[in-house]
Amino acid sequence: MSDQAIVEKLQAKFSSAVLNVVEHRGETTVTVEKEQIVEIATFLRDECGYNFLCDLCGVDYLGQSPRFMVVYNLYNIAAKQRLRVKVPVEEQDANVDTVSVVWGTANWHERECWDLMGISFNDHPDLRRILMPADWEGHPLRKDYPVQGPDREPYQGRLS
Amino acid sequence: MGIEQPKTLGSGFITTSLDKLVNWSRASSLWPLTFGLACCAIEMMSTGAARFDLDRLGVLFRASPRQADVIIIAGTVTKKMLPVIKTVYEQMPEPKYVIAMGACASSGGVFDTYSVVQGVDEHLPVDVYIPGCPPRPEGLLYGLMKLQEKIRAERNTFGSAIGVGEVVQPTMASSV
Repeated sequence: MSDQAIVEKLQAKFSSAVLNVVEHRGETTVTVEKEQIVEIATFLRDECGYNFLCDLCGVDYLGQSPRFMVVYNLYNIAAKQRLRVKVPVEEQDANVDTVSVVWGTANWHERECWDLMGISFNDHPDLRRILMPADWEGHPLRKDYPVQGPDREPYQGRLS
Repeated sequence: MGIEQPKTLGSGFITTSLDKLVNWSRASSLWPLTFGLACCAIEMMSTGAARFDLDRLGVLFRASPRQADVIIIAGTVTKKMLPVIKTVYEQMPEPKYVIAMGACASSGGVFDTYSVVQGVDEHLPVDVYIPGCPPRPEGLLYGLMKLQEKIRAERNTFGSAIGVGEVVQPTMASSV
């Protein structure tokens, strides 16, 4: 089944939830609404064969609205096909339903996304920090987080 | 008013000779802790292996902090790792020495970021800094030899070992 056929199948099932489809250099990216991500993820796994979640990551588009994107990189091991699913997330309402019930590997990926980006995942079984120390404050991969930490003067460039 | 403890055993011939004996034994059996953090640890392993051979200086890596005399901070110290390093350092018996190996351990190096400690000397008393990114094995050897020089220049080491006074650290001018 080609990427196009899968996208058409997805649009037929979730016509209102699919916001945008982009094909660039053989890579297909589908943007969907975050309310239906669990249903869409289950559909893609069971009906389209995307049985492996390669990566789940957050992107911070500071200054744009919606500010965040959660990106799901899917892989169909049997057919060797890839699909990218993106979910826009507003800053005021930075939470997405967990897909760890669909792909178990999403558990740690979502912990990382929450740790570094501050996007929380509803109904996650164990939403703790995974990379930063447990008592860390803030989410350091956000674009408005000072790179040298909040308790230091920012680097002003070389003095000499 | 009790009798005040003398600060040292003095600098007579016998006490300084005993100091020299203690210093010689300490400098000749510097046992570092097997503890690496980043790429500097690769150079440290290389220094310990056959080509550079730390054993000929009496430097044997020990797997337990209880048996170690010196900790070589070989790599980038993150804020998450710092409590571990402090714990391991506190587990080492006195006398203990710290070598900051490489730019990261000395100053944070290129990692001028929120998650990295900007020099381990903010938290541990560093005896020798070794520049380089990472330092070559010759650099680490030279740093260990500098530490040996520093240990040989310490005074009242015998006195402090039997409980009289403290070790008198060499000043910078007299350390060479």
